[in-house]
Amino acid sequence: MSTPQSTIDQFVQSDYKYGFVSDIETEALPPGLDEEVIRTISAKKGEPEFLLQWRLRSYRHWLTMTEPSWPKATYPPIDYQKIIYYAAPKPKARLESLDEVDPELRRTFDKLGISLDEQKRLTGVAVDAVMDSVSVATTFRKELAKHGIVFCSFSDAVREHPDLVEKYLGTVVPYTDNFFAALNSAVFSDGSFCYVPKGVLCPMELSTYFRINTANTGQFERTLLVADEGSYVSYLEGCTAPMRDENQLHAAVVELIALGSAEIKYSTVQNWYPGDKDGKGGIYNFVTKRGLCRGRGSKISWTQVETGSAITWKYPGCVLLGDDSVGEFYSVALTNHRQQADTGTKMIHVGKNTRSTIVSKGISAGRGQNSYRGLVQMRPTATGARNFSQCDSLLIGDQCGAHTFPYIEVKNPTAQIEHEASTSKIGEDQIFYCNQRGLSKQDAVNLIVNGFCKEVFRELPMEFAVEAQKLLGVSLEGSVG
Amino acid sequence: MDANDSPPARLGRFVEAFGSVTEAAASAREPHWMLAIRKAGLARFADQGLPTLRHEDWRFTNLAPIEALPFRPLPRPEPRAVTVADLDRLPLAGMSGLRLVFVDGHFEPELSRIEALGEQIQVCSLSQTLRTDGAWLEQQLASWHEGQDRAFRALNDAYCTDGMVLRVPAGVAVAEPIHAVFLSSGSEAGLASHPRNVLVAEANSQVTVVEQYASLGGAATFTNTLTQLVAGEGAQVEHVRFQDEGPEAFHMGALRAVAAGSAQLAAHSFALGARLSRQNIGLTLAGPGLEAILNGLYVTTEKRLADHHMVVDHAQPHCASHEYFNGILSGQSRGVFHGRILVRPGAQKTDAKQTNKNLLLSSSASVNTKPQLEIYADDVKCTHGATIGQLNPESVFYLRARGLPIETARRMLIHAFAGEIIDRVRCGPIRQALDRLVWDRLERDAQVRLDASRPHD
Amino acid sequence: MRRAGEALAITMEDRLKMEPILDIRNLEAGVDDRAILKGINLTILPGEVHAIMGPNGSGKSTLASLLAGREGYQVTQGSVTYLGQDLLALNPEERARAGVFLAFQYPVEIPGVNSTYFLKAALNEVRKHRGLPEVDAIEFLSLVKDRIRLLELNEDLLKRAVNVGFSGGEKKRNEIFQMAVLEPTLAVLDETDSGLDIDALRVVANGVNRLRRPDRSALVITHYQRLLNHIVPDRVHVLMNGRIVRSGGKELALELEERGYDWIMPTEPVAA
Repeated sequence: MSTPQSTIDQFVQSDYKYGFVSDIETEALPPGLDEEVIRTISAKKGEPEFLLQWRLRSYRHWLTMTEPSWPKATYPPIDYQKIIYYAAPKPKARLESLDEVDPELRRTFDKLGISLDEQKRLTGVAVDAVMDSVSVATTFRKELAKHGIVFCSFSDAVREHPDLVEKYLGTVVPYTDNFFAALNSAVFSDGSFCYVPKGVLCPMELSTYFRINTANTGQFERTLLVADEGSYVSYLEGCTAPMRDENQLHAAVVELIALGSAEIKYSTVQNWYPGDKDGKGGIYNFVTKRGLCRGRGSKISWTQVETGSAITWKYPGCVLLGDDSVGEFYSVALTNHRQQADTGTKMIHVGKNTRSTIVSKGISAGRGQNSYRGLVQMRPTATGARNFSQCDSLLIGDQCGAHTFPYIEVKNPTAQIEHEASTSKIGEDQIFYCNQRGLSKQDAVNLIVNGFCKEVFRELPMEFAVEAQKLLGVSLEGSVG
Repeated sequence: MDANDSPPARLGRFVEAFGSVTEAAASAREPHWMLAIRKAGLARFADQGLPTLRHEDWRFTNLAPIEALPFRPLPRPEPRAVTVADLDRLPLAGMSGLRLVFVDGHFEPELSRIEALGEQIQVCSLSQTLRTDGAWLEQQLASWHEGQDRAFRALNDAYCTDGMVLRVPAGVAVAEPIHAVFLSSGSEAGLASHPRNVLVAEANSQVTVVEQYASLGGAATFTNTLTQLVAGEGAQVEHVRFQDEGPEAFHMGALRAVAAGSAQLAAHSFALGARLSRQNIGLTLAGPGLEAILNGLYVTTEKRLADHHMVVDHAQPHCASHEYFNGILSGQSRGVFHGRILVRPGAQKTDAKQTNKNLLLSSSASVNTKPQLEIYADDVKCTHGATIGQLNPESVFYLRARGLPIETARRMLIHAFAGEIIDRVRCGPIRQALDRLVWDRLERDAQVRLDASRPHD
Repeated sequence: MRRAGEALAITMEDRLKMEPILDIRNLEAGVDDRAILKGINLTILPGEVHAIMGPNGSGKSTLASLLAGREGYQVTQGSVTYLGQDLLALNPEERARAGVFLAFQYPVEIPGVNSTYFLKAALNEVRKHRGLPEVDAIEFLSLVKDRIRLLELNEDLLKRAVNVGFSGGEKKRNEIFQMAVLEPTLAVLDETDSGLDIDALRVVANGVNRLRRPDRSALVITHYQRLLNHIVPDRVHVLMNGRIVRSGGKELALELEERGYDWIMPTEPVAA
């Protein structure tokens, strides 16, 4: 069958287009973890005492915990002593301006389509680029500073705004929260920090671009985002990694705090290396993301497109503390080949008249296993709270699996909950209809999948939505015969 | 969400009582294989103990009160002053046809009504079958694998005294429903009965069975019942479990059903009584082209808890299963629902629908629900839904605007909500009796009249 | 406008003899601090059919809801007197039993509640209020069969749950059918014509007309004039922005049909 050349076809040859390795001089600690490693990381970053102590408390707590076994994912045990906990591109000196960024690093990010050159960027997107565990460049800092917005690497924030860091760090995701959050709290090396002051509507999209480069390293970044009263910010994050045969661990923590009437929109396009067709290699993406709607009428909206990683384990959630606060979760998770995803959200309703919406679209192809796991909890104080959840699964082929595990706990009779889930496949008749109109089978699948995900893509900023659509197409390559 | 079992806790009394079972088995001259089943059951139970809240399947149902009870199994019947008049006061008393009555786990021929149903159909007690048809029974009891009910299944293996045995031969249709009444005398706390029912409907047979659980006295008794049900190829089976035990009773019930190709199975669970009740329902769709309905209603008041835990295993293609569970909760009561539809690889053209709807009538009632899908085949139609909320104010207003008092309006709507479930019972006399009963209970429930959320004008 | 004046004069005369069925005085009401009705005056005498017309959002449905006692509206000013008693002090079911019937614009579906059972319960509540004995099943059935023919409805409808699976037209006809069974003193028809084709409209109107009696009244709320070709009103009122801006005889409806609502200036309120 002859098919028209489409954008999708460009990707046919290179299954994973971001799989290259950059030759950058790196400084890394030997593999293994103990208190000495933590002290070294802290010292290298010149951290204040409170942070070192917090790391150590986290580490000691982590030692008492066991890895969770309930996710619907199987993988060989992780040897935490074989992981490198700190690797960083070797800095020549402390950077005074973006022009001083190592040209090889620049080329790396250019190759990824992330230009660190402010002039070259057409759209107003400020980028914090994180390579291995360290932030290498943050664009548009000066421009943002004019509005009083702090947007910088976590390390810079620790140096320049220790009071803000100390005030908010760990308030949404305490280090006791779970195994991977505890590990992250002990060893996190960098990440992004953002503070939007009262009443400020952030004039551009903020984004962090994460890249794992060095072999055998774990990436443990930490993002902290605070939107003060009445402010608004939209934040994007993207991630890629080279193709390697070993599995690599990514255990990040993201904390969002929205004060009264503030709104945070957090979008993720996750494209870590998923491993090859036979499930060799790929990133273990074990991430804790949570937002706290602390003030009245605040809003946090999570949108995620998860196409990468060998295993994804994440539940971006919202604690709706303030009355009338709103939590949203829009998700597309795709598993192809032997990928496994156990993802969903937690909506904890505490305040009165809080509202949450969950739209989850799971796509399973190949031998992929895709699970939605979500908690909706209505506390006794959540008078008049509402939740609507919709979880749809699409199966492509008969070797994959699609699972839905909602947990609904209601302790207030005025709360209203509706949960719907459905499972479908791409119908032969749908494909035939597209074929008859001249589309190839693969194009038909992409078309149908994109239609299936439309409700979620709508929530993404424009350019991300386009990228997400392309990504789905690439990830689905070879899913139909 | 820890799936690991906790170490056995305070099991002493469950194990110690076993001596009396061995004695009773010896004096009743039970076959040795039965004693072997009992011993194996006891060993398995001692190994795991009762599940705790740390067990994912028991996260919302705390069994500590059962552990705190004395454990008084009755391996041998004791004289009970139960009369036919006592039975006549129970709901469903008006049903004609066969009736088997068990008191505290023992068959009471005097209170039962057993006419011959024709030579081929066997309806009798488990204790009798042990004597008359041991080989067949052994085969039935041995053919069962454990499901989510394993601790209680083990305990039932060890302590079961009696139960209903039904065998409907191929092609035979039993006209009237077969009614088994499990009465708890309710005379002392911790009195434990472990009914074991074996129901086999062979190919193309038809039968309706109702299991009714009720208490005469108000003591904190413990019922741990297990029914194994086989629906043969093309068989049409309707099973009703009507749990209406006393307000202090603890009720653990399991239904483990396997249906063969083209069978039609409807299993209903009505949980209206007991302080704490749990129904473990496991259904395996073992042949292609069959249709199953699992249907449940729980009505709880005061501090009671009703838990339904259901797993439907679609092992074969072209099967349809529909699960509907509605809960009506008032007082400080709690409803728990766990439903899992498993579609195995190759079970193509599966059509599975699952809904759990809950009506909260008071400010302190609560619900935990987990309607789950686990799907390994692509050409399937699976949906599930759950809702939790109050009565629709629009509907209440509509009825009031036609002149109905608010209490009647609320009762009508709640009754209709219950009716969604009751109406699926195909057997007319059972359906009508349950409908009346639920209506009467609603009338007695103050919370139906009272709108907890806001004062009305 | 002269004719309207004459009609008013006759009404004034009658007022001395008759107690109005409905008397709305300076009614102001709204939702959550938002004023919707801004001073309504309306008097309906026995035997009269009044029509309220107005563009979307003028407050027509609010008025209907308020008369039936729907929750969520605050009356900030004025009074509603029904047969000499304070209507606003009654709860919805008391109003219904006293003979106020609202034909809903969007009749709600009530799964599981059987239509016959529901209607019989409602009828007996109304009868109880009137000091009449409850109807038995046979009396009820013959009454229902008689009235269902009037509305050209299928008897199967009675076996179904209230409004469940009814088409839009069936729902509206079912409202009038219920009205025919309950025989209210004041019928309030809230946009009963919307969504009806011409045949259904005729049937509904016929049902309403057959129920007209000197001791009963109706308030017909509609957006369009066409219903009023079939149910001929004694008075027509134009509601705009929460006020009755013009009242007149049935010809006012025709004028509105021709010229639209725009030709009426909402600045000259007229007492009904």
